Amino acid sequence: MRPTQAARLIKEVDFGTPIRANEDMVALTIDGVDVSVPKGTSVMAAAMTLGTKIPKLCATDSLEPFGSCRLCLVEIEGRKGAPASCTTPAEAGMVVRTQTDRLAKLRRGVMELYISDHPLDCLTCAANGDCELQDMAGAVGLRDVRYGYAGENHFGDAKDQSNPYFSYDPSKCIVCNRCVRACEETQGTFALTISGRGFDARVAAGPTDFLSSECVSCGACVQACPTATLTEKSVIAHGQPDHSVVTTCAYCGVGCSFKAEMQGDRVVRMVPYKDGAANEGHSCVKGRFAWGYATHKDRITKPMIRAKITDPWREVSWDEAIGHAASEFKRIQAKYGREAVGAITSSRCTNEEVFLVQKLVRAAFGNNNVDTCARVCHSPTGYGLSQTFGTSAGTQDFKSVEKSDVILVIGANPTDAHPVFASRLKKRLRAGAQLIVADPRRIDLVQSPHIRAAHHLQLQPGTNVALLASLANVIVTEGLVNEAYVRERCDLAAFEAWARFVAQEKNSPEAMEEHTGVPAADVRAAARLYATGGNGAIYYGLGVTEHSQGSTTVMAIANLAMATGNVGREGVGVNPLRGQNNVQGSCDMGSFPHEFSGYRHVSDDATRDMFESLWGVKLDREPGLRIPNMIDEAVDGAFRGLYVQGEDIAQSDPDTQHITSGLASMECVVVQDLFLNETAKYAHVFLPGASFLEKDGTFTNAERRINRVRQVMQPLGGKSEWQATCDLSAALGYPMAYTHPSEIMDEIARLTPGFRNVSYAKLDEMGSVQWPCNDSAPNGTPLMHIDRFVRGKGRFMLTEYVPTQERSGPLFPLLLTTGRILSQYNVGAQTRRTDNNAWHDEDVLEINPFDAENRGVRSGDLVALASRTGEISLRAEVTDRVQPGVVYTTFHHAVTGANVVTTDNSDWATNCPEYKVTAVQVRRTNQHSAWQEKNLEEDVSLRRIATPELVAAK
Amino acid sequence: MSADERNVAKLARMAGQIADFFRAYPEAQAASSVAEHINKFWTPKMRAEVLAMPEPGDPLVAKARAFVRTGEK
Repeated sequence: MRPTQAARLIKEVDFGTPIRANEDMVALTIDGVDVSVPKGTSVMAAAMTLGTKIPKLCATDSLEPFGSCRLCLVEIEGRKGAPASCTTPAEAGMVVRTQTDRLAKLRRGVMELYISDHPLDCLTCAANGDCELQDMAGAVGLRDVRYGYAGENHFGDAKDQSNPYFSYDPSKCIVCNRCVRACEETQGTFALTISGRGFDARVAAGPTDFLSSECVSCGACVQACPTATLTEKSVIAHGQPDHSVVTTCAYCGVGCSFKAEMQGDRVVRMVPYKDGAANEGHSCVKGRFAWGYATHKDRITKPMIRAKITDPWREVSWDEAIGHAASEFKRIQAKYGREAVGAITSSRCTNEEVFLVQKLVRAAFGNNNVDTCARVCHSPTGYGLSQTFGTSAGTQDFKSVEKSDVILVIGANPTDAHPVFASRLKKRLRAGAQLIVADPRRIDLVQSPHIRAAHHLQLQPGTNVALLASLANVIVTEGLVNEAYVRERCDLAAFEAWARFVAQEKNSPEAMEEHTGVPAADVRAAARLYATGGNGAIYYGLGVTEHSQGSTTVMAIANLAMATGNVGREGVGVNPLRGQNNVQGSCDMGSFPHEFSGYRHVSDDATRDMFESLWGVKLDREPGLRIPNMIDEAVDGAFRGLYVQGEDIAQSDPDTQHITSGLASMECVVVQDLFLNETAKYAHVFLPGASFLEKDGTFTNAERRINRVRQVMQPLGGKSEWQATCDLSAALGYPMAYTHPSEIMDEIARLTPGFRNVSYAKLDEMGSVQWPCNDSAPNGTPLMHIDRFVRGKGRFMLTEYVPTQERSGPLFPLLLTTGRILSQYNVGAQTRRTDNNAWHDEDVLEINPFDAENRGVRSGDLVALASRTGEISLRAEVTDRVQPGVVYTTFHHAVTGANVVTTDNSDWATNCPEYKVTAVQVRRTNQHSAWQEKNLEEDVSLRRIATPELVAAK
Repeated sequence: MSADERNVAKLARMAGQIADFFRAYPEAQAASSVAEHINKFWTPKMRAEVLAMPEPGDPLVAKARAFVRTGEK
C-alpha cells in the first residue's frame, strides 16, 4: 500500500549567500554547466541555482557571506589557490570547479579540525538528522580524524538553559558566527558576540546569560545555528519533526508565515517560513515560541450554559448550547425588539469566520448590530484613509521600507508591537535612512545599537494633530510642497483650502509648542527632513488612532504625505501598523455596523441588492450599533443579547466598570473563545473556540496581504468556529450551507470587488496575495495609488487641533498613556499562558524620576493609579523613558485591570477609545484597589464549573 | 443622572465632537457634513435622540439637526 498523502518536512532551498537584485547578469561555467546570475551573486549561490551544493558551514542565504569555515573552497581557472565560493562574486567568463580531488582533500582536512573538538554523540544529540555539521561530514567523506579526540576541547563547557525556549550548548559550537550575524543582520539587536580569541572563542550573550541579556528571543540565532549549539527545548524534549504545514502566525498584524513542524498532531516547533512574503524567514518571540497556549490546560473544550452569571457553568452538548443560545436570542428579540441583540467579531479570527458572524447578524438577527475589535484600535485608519485616499488600508508592502530615505514613526513602537517589521526597518536605518520618531515616550527605536533617530519629537499625549499641523505649516510656508505632484494627483481646491489653513500663524511650530511641548526648531528641522530627504515613509500605530482626534490625525498624516508627493511608489506611503493579526481582514469583511465587505455602506441600494439576492433575505439599510453604543444601550436596558467571538471586551475595552455593567445587564451573552476570559464571567453560553493551529482560513495583514491559515490539528472542542456560527445561524432560522472555509472565501470573492480573484487555489499557487486582487490586478496589488488615488484625486482635509476633553488638573495632575510590550500580546490570554511571562509577568507603571521623587515612589513600590473613572494598584518602575507629567503602563494582565482607569472618551468620527490620554494621580499604597479585590473574588465566583453528576455503572 | 440621561448627554458630547471637526469648514458645508456623518454612522435611535434634544449646546449641532434623517425601517 502507498500512503494516501505524502506528509513531508518542508525544507527551503539555501543558496548559501543572498541572490542579489541586479538587472545586469553575468554568465559563467560551473562544473561544465553554463549559468547566468545577477551581478554581485556569489559563486556559491550561482552553483546552487544549478542545484550544485558546495559544502558549507558558515554560510546561509539569510546572511551576508563571511568566509570563515573554509569548507566551500572551489577552483577557478586562472586563479591561484582555492578561493571561498561564498565570498567570491560570480564574474563573466569564470570557469569554476566545485569537486576535485584536491578540494576534497582540503575539505576533509577542515572537517577533521572541526570534528576533533566536537562531541561524537550524534545518536543522542537533539540535532540528529537536522545538523549541517553531520551533513558536511557525510558530504566530504570524513572517515577518521587524524588528531584524535584526546586533545584540548570544549566538551565540558556548561550549557546555558536560562532562556525558556532554547538551550545554548557551547560544547557543540563551531564558532561559525552565524548566530552572531543573525542577531545583527536579521534581527538587529546585537545581543550576541564572540568572546575570547583563538581556542577560547565562544558565543556569548554579553557578560551574562541569555535570559538576562539584551536577547529578545526572536529565534534568529537558533534558526541560523548549523549544529545543536542553539536548539529549541521542544526539539530536545520531543525529537525531530517529521512533517510540516505552512500557516500564518496568530499574533500581530505583520502576519508572519511559519512552518508548523509536527510529529503526528503535535507541534514540535514553529519555524519562520523563508518564502513567506511578510517575514521572509524571520520571527519574534511570540510567533516563534509562544504557541503553547494552544494546548494549555485552561482551554475549555466543552460547550457550557448557565441561567445566571452567578450560577456555575454546566457542560452540555453542542446541540444544547447552540439551541439554548438561539432560543434566548429569539426570545430577547421577541420581547425587546429586533435591535436588542448584536455581535462582536474578532481580529484574532479568520476572514471566513468574521464574514460569517456579520452575515449571521445581518441575515439571521435582521439588523446591523455587528462590530469588530478594530473599533477600539484602527477604526480611525479606515475612516481617515478612506476620506483622503479613497480606501481603508495602508499603501505599501513591508518590503517597500528598503527603498525609504526618511522614515517618520509616529505613535508606534515597532520593536515591541511589530517586531519582525521593526527588523526590516532597522536594517534600512543601519543602511543610512534617516529616522524621525514622534512619541511621548522614548521608545527603543529612538536609540538602539547602530540607530539613532535624527529627531525625537517627544510631544505631550493628545497633541498629535497639533504636531502634524506644525509640520505641515513648515512644509507650506517654507515652499517645500511638491507642487507638481499635488497639481497632477490631488483635488486642487481642497489642497488650497488646506494650505491656507495650515499656513496660519496658529499652526506654526512656535505657536503649537505650548501644546505639544516640542521645541519649534526641532519641528522645523524634522519637517524639512521629511519633505526634502528623498523617499519619505510614515509608519503609525495606535498612538495615532486611540485619541479623541484619532481620525483627524490619520487625515493629517495623509495630508502630509500628499503634500510632499510621498504616495504611490516604493519607499514612501502611509502605513498603519495593525495591532492584531487580522485587523485589516476583519475590517475588510464587513464587520463594521455601517458597511458590507469591501467598505460599502449599508444604505447603498445596489450593494444591498446584491447581498440580498445572494443571501435570499431582506437586509437593513440603516447602520447598527458600534461596541460602545451597544454597551451604553445595554446599561440603558435596550440592548440585551450579545454574541462575542474571540474578543475579551471586559479586559480590552476602556472604562472596565462601564463595560462589565453593560454585560451584566444583558440577558444572553454568548462567548466563543479558547478560555474562560474576563468577558466570559458575564456570559450565559460558552462555545469552545479553535486556536490558529486548529483553523482553516485566511488572515489579512497590515500590508493587505491575504495569507492562508492551515489546520494542523483537529479543533479541540470538536467543531470549527465557522461551523458553530453556521449551526447558530441555522438554529436562528437562517441556515448557511458551507462544507469548507474555501466556499466562504468564494462567496466573499463574489460579493467583494477587491477580492474578486481571490480563492484558496490562487493563494496556494501564489503563497499570498495583496488586495485588490481582481481582473484589474489579477495577482494583487503590492503598492496602492500608483498613478491615481482610489478615490480619483487625493483629498486634503482640514485638521484643526481640538484639545481632548480629558485634562489633567490638581486632582489628577499626570497623563497616563497605555501601550504594549514585546513578550505579551493584547489582553495576554495567549501569551500569559506561555513562558513569555519570564520577561513580563505583571503590568508595571513607568514614572519619571521627578514625579516619583515628589511622591516618594521607588522602583518596585506598589502604587495606586487613580483616574476620574477608577483606581488600580500596580508596581512602579522609575524611568526617564517617560517625561515628567506622563506615566505609562500596559494592559496585558487581567488582574491589574489597566482599563479600569481609562475613560469612555473616544474619537469623534469612529468612537475609537482614547486609551492614550487619561488624567491620573499616583500615590504609594500597600493594598490592591477595591476593584482588584472584587475582581479576584469574581475570578472564582463567576467562573465555577459544575462537576458532572456521577452516573452509577450498570 | 439616569442611564438614559447619561446616554443622551454622551450623544450630545459626541455630536459636539463631530461639530468640532467640521467647524474648520465654511458654515453651510460644516452643518451638512455634521449631519452626513451622523446619518452615516449613527443608528436611527441615536439620531432620534439627537433630534429630540431640547437645546443642543453647540450651535453647529443645532444647525446640523435640520439635515439629520429620521430612521427608515
